[in-house]
Amino acid sequence: MTTSLCAPLSLGQTLRLEHISIALAGRELLAVDAAIAAGEVLTVMGPSGSGKSTLLAYIAGFLDREFTASGGVWLGERDLLGLPAEKRGIGLLFQDPLLFPHLSVGGNLRFGLPRSSKEKHQQVSQALEQVGLAGLESRDPATLSGGQQSRVALMRLLLSKPKAVLLDEPFSKLDTALRQEMRALVFSQLREAGLPALLVTHDHADAKAAGGPVIELG
Amino acid sequence: MLRLAPVLIIGLLVLPVGSGLLMVLLPAFGYLPALGGYGFSLAPWQMLFAQPGLGRSVAVSFASGLVSAALALAIVVLFLAASRGTWLDRSIRRLVSPLLAIPHAAIAFGFAFLIAPSGLMARLISPSLTGWERPPDALIINDPWGLSLMAGLVLKEVPFLLLMSLAALPQLAPEKRLMLARSLGYSPTIGWLKTVLPSLYPLIRLPVYAVIAYATSVVDMALILGPTLPPTLSVSILSWFNDPDISHRFMASAAAVLQLGVTIAALLFWWLLEQLTRILTRRWLTNGSRQGGEIALRVVGRSALLFSSITALAALAGLGLFSLAGFWRFPEVLPQMLTLDHWQRSGPMLVTPLINTALIGLISTALATALVLATLENEHRQHIQPKRALWLLYLPLLVPQIAFLFGLIVAAESLGIRPPLGLVIAGHLLFVLPYVYLSLAETYRRLDPRWLKVARSLGVSRSAAFWRVRLPLLIAPLLTAFAVGLAVSIGQYLPTQLLGAGRVTTVTTEAVALASGSNRRLIGVWALVQAGLPLIGFILALGVPRLLATHRRDLAT
Repeated sequence: MTTSLCAPLSLGQTLRLEHISIALAGRELLAVDAAIAAGEVLTVMGPSGSGKSTLLAYIAGFLDREFTASGGVWLGERDLLGLPAEKRGIGLLFQDPLLFPHLSVGGNLRFGLPRSSKEKHQQVSQALEQVGLAGLESRDPATLSGGQQSRVALMRLLLSKPKAVLLDEPFSKLDTALRQEMRALVFSQLREAGLPALLVTHDHADAKAAGGPVIELG
Repeated sequence: MLRLAPVLIIGLLVLPVGSGLLMVLLPAFGYLPALGGYGFSLAPWQMLFAQPGLGRSVAVSFASGLVSAALALAIVVLFLAASRGTWLDRSIRRLVSPLLAIPHAAIAFGFAFLIAPSGLMARLISPSLTGWERPPDALIINDPWGLSLMAGLVLKEVPFLLLMSLAALPQLAPEKRLMLARSLGYSPTIGWLKTVLPSLYPLIRLPVYAVIAYATSVVDMALILGPTLPPTLSVSILSWFNDPDISHRFMASAAAVLQLGVTIAALLFWWLLEQLTRILTRRWLTNGSRQGGEIALRVVGRSALLFSSITALAALAGLGLFSLAGFWRFPEVLPQMLTLDHWQRSGPMLVTPLINTALIGLISTALATALVLATLENEHRQHIQPKRALWLLYLPLLVPQIAFLFGLIVAAESLGIRPPLGLVIAGHLLFVLPYVYLSLAETYRRLDPRWLKVARSLGVSRSAAFWRVRLPLLIAPLLTAFAVGLAVSIGQYLPTQLLGAGRVTTVTTEAVALASGSNRRLIGVWALVQAGLPLIGFILALGVPRLLATHRRDLAT
């Protein structure tokens, strides 16, 4: 690999989900035990109400108090459960791109960059170029098409240098053609960045495109 | 820190009301060492019941609260039922917050100028229809039964109840209910009354109670429009409290307790009416009648609210006309000449009251907004369900001002708290806080939680996400809540007058003070200034987010 020569490669770490069990009002919703290697995508499938999104909320640190959960979440040697959401280094991608309407496209990307990053301006314009949106920094996100917004959201996520990524049905609101394009883009970017990723979906085509192991819930 | 916010808010609302009531209750039974009352006695009550015309005062206070609330509620409900989706609906929605922002006193003055024997209405139809060459000798405003007071109250209560209903409606999905009802063959207005209203009323019950409590004890409007011999109970109380004869203070305390009783009785009576209505309409709701009365209801629903809104706007226009009028003989509709004299002469006198008004309004609203934001953010972080404490917010709105403000002064004096300006600001906070909370809470809670999750997953801490994501996204509702708070503060008469010991003058206290005189031009100037200030707040609240968001389409809504 050429990249390992020129950059001190942040070697991707494994995301381990150890005997996770989540219950609501005493009834077990789901149980998962898995390890996701760097660059790998684990797909969790299940009908709505099977607790897929709850699993993501638990890992990312947003679980509602009404749920009770047990089990460990480890990133390499780091125990994530004791950390607040913003310290876990876990990026989220939702159905909707959720670009902040009060910021420009560039502002949204800079929002993702860590405060100490160097050459923010250049990183932002490179990121936009990478997804074919070069020069759109000052645009209002509301004026972008749905597909363009999704791409900006993806780059905002990657610029924040997450250690792992959770995908919550990120393609379900796109039309068929756009869906395939975004799948290809997201999975190739994640692989390139060497990040472990967890995808929840009810679409078998998503799982196939992800190419990793699949867990069925419910 | 954040966790203290809800306790602080409740303390701020409950303690003053509670201690104020206590300090009115004690002197009502003769005990107030500061004024030489060392033992308990019934003398204040005996003196009170010996006052001539007391029964009449009580009756007018009781009736004006119930009648005006019932009328206003009927107007609002029929409008909502009959006008969904029409142009009228859309334009009224836009008009409702500015109308609500106009202070009671300004509406009362403007309304008085409309209906007075020499007012605009009489001029419009004279002498052609009436044959009047000079103003008729009739007691239209200040009528002994308080009819003009009730009408004035309705003008102010309609926009309030409408705004509260519009805020509560979305959670009921009225469109779906109506669609279902219409697919079952119900005509739109009847369908709305049968499927939406039964769920809407419980949501606006507290605002309705607040309206009744306010209307039974209002002071500024009653000074302008209410009867004079005898005046309403609340106005009598005010004059007794200000009487130099000390024994009147004890009687006034007893009367304040009586006022509390009158308000509670009016609320109880309303509650009984609710039960009666429920029983009487139970069969109607399910009797299957789908069309009966549709046309009549629709006509009344659309015209009544239109009429009350136009009256309020005409009242404002009347203020403007009088403030500019030069020589103006009776039956002529317009003055012979317009002049800026009254404005120029009032200019220098306006300065101090304007500064005081702005200072009190900005500080109390800023404090209230900060407290409300802290409470809501705490509620969000601790995942607290907010239902139970809600009625406490209404406490300062449900307990008559005049019943606890005097006690509050006594309490403050015995604690040695004296700076009148600080006391006035604290007093305003009591009434601003509930309104800021009510206008902000729903939107705050409804903000999509994923915005904050995205922010935090990008490495932003909780408090940074609050400042950098939540506040910018909520800038428009936040500014609106601020404008509402300002409007409430600007309109306050009694708390300013009493807590400021008459030494803190605002545009409202000065305008109301003019009521006893008869210089309509001067009243026009002051009332218009009073009405204009909150409007400026609302224009800024609407304009600033648009300015900030000229390049952000999704934020400008």
